[in-house]
Amino acid sequence: MNELNTMTEQAPHSPERRRFVGAAAAVAGLAVVPGVMLYEVADARPEDQPASSAVRWGMLVDATRCASGCSDCVTACSTENGWTPVAQSEHPRQAPQWIRKLQLEDPLTQAQINLPMLCQHCAEPPCVDVCPTGASFKRADGIVLVNRHTCIGCRYCMMACPYKARSLVHEPLNDTQKPDVPRGMGCVEACTFCVQKIDRGDGTTACAEACAAAGHNAILFGDLNDPESEISKRLRELPTKQVRADLKLNLGVRYHGI
Amino acid sequence: MTGKMKSLLALGAVALTTAALAWAGAEAQPKAGGAPVPVITKAAKGEHCVEDTAYMRRNHMKLLLVHRDRTVLQGIRTPKHSLKGCIDCHASEATGSVASAKEDFCVSCHSYAAVKIDCFDCHSTKPQRTTAMNPSHPHAASVSANVEEMAGVSR
Repeated sequence: MNELNTMTEQAPHSPERRRFVGAAAAVAGLAVVPGVMLYEVADARPEDQPASSAVRWGMLVDATRCASGCSDCVTACSTENGWTPVAQSEHPRQAPQWIRKLQLEDPLTQAQINLPMLCQHCAEPPCVDVCPTGASFKRADGIVLVNRHTCIGCRYCMMACPYKARSLVHEPLNDTQKPDVPRGMGCVEACTFCVQKIDRGDGTTACAEACAAAGHNAILFGDLNDPESEISKRLRELPTKQVRADLKLNLGVRYHGI
Repeated sequence: MTGKMKSLLALGAVALTTAALAWAGAEAQPKAGGAPVPVITKAAKGEHCVEDTAYMRRNHMKLLLVHRDRTVLQGIRTPKHSLKGCIDCHASEATGSVASAKEDFCVSCHSYAAVKIDCFDCHSTKPQRTTAMNPSHPHAASVSANVEEMAGVSR
């Protein structure tokens, strides 16, 4: 939580912008449902403007709501981004995996915890530190990505990542990619926070949508820098943890109930 | 006897010539000085390209290079000068792709110019048909045909 507050101070919204956003929301609110429009105004970025560091995208996973046996988030991710589900892969041990469901059990009490594990979109990403070509990078809005045009497939980032979040594509994909999500053999890839949806202005990810559609609402996605966003409010109320907080990577994904 | 032979031979010659002409006609690739010239099909969509045709022929790779960095690094996804924009208009009507048959838009010129491109090792050669559908989406039933089609493509 401390890191979050510090970040908000680093990138404050100017009073002018606040007023403008407020006024725009009020105008839009007259036209359609107020809540929906407010949300869209807050998230939308003009198509020709670069991603801004005024926003930091993040995710709150409520492990107490994550259902055992449900993998809707994984399916939604694979459908949205066009990677073959591991079960359908010919080589499951080396199949790319952008998000996976984990079930943890306390050996003493047999208490079980379910959670999705994915790229944690660190503020200080080790994968970026080690990349020899600069292909692994953090975008201004906090999303950690791989530039496939410069990735040489050395897999150094895969070794550096404490969360086992990255995969290498081992086999040719033969034109099965989604037009919005280019992927290819010999490049490392990971969760992109559905960057194509973010750039479109959806303001959410496929996994969060699927989790809400399944009625679990265990995944909340939003702007950590906006103190009024749903995710910031929930983070203020709930005790949350970062996985391997000892590494001080300032993660974009926070877990409650672990 | 010789008359019959002659007429048979003549018939044979005519048949051979016809067959040869028909075969030559089937070869759709036009030729100039013996070398095959690229087939450039007019874009299915749109009146004109985002820049002059002559300029695009020489400089499309530079425009794509600049746009690609803006998209990947900064998230600017404007359709003008984007590879996706090219594909949306130039995908062939027969294959629905810019690079799956040898007469498709990108492949046709690039094989003539002997320039190997690796864009399509990673990028889809086909325009976006439908937005990605969540199977549990309430409208999924109405577009199930499309989803199945896409599932078939992705396998």
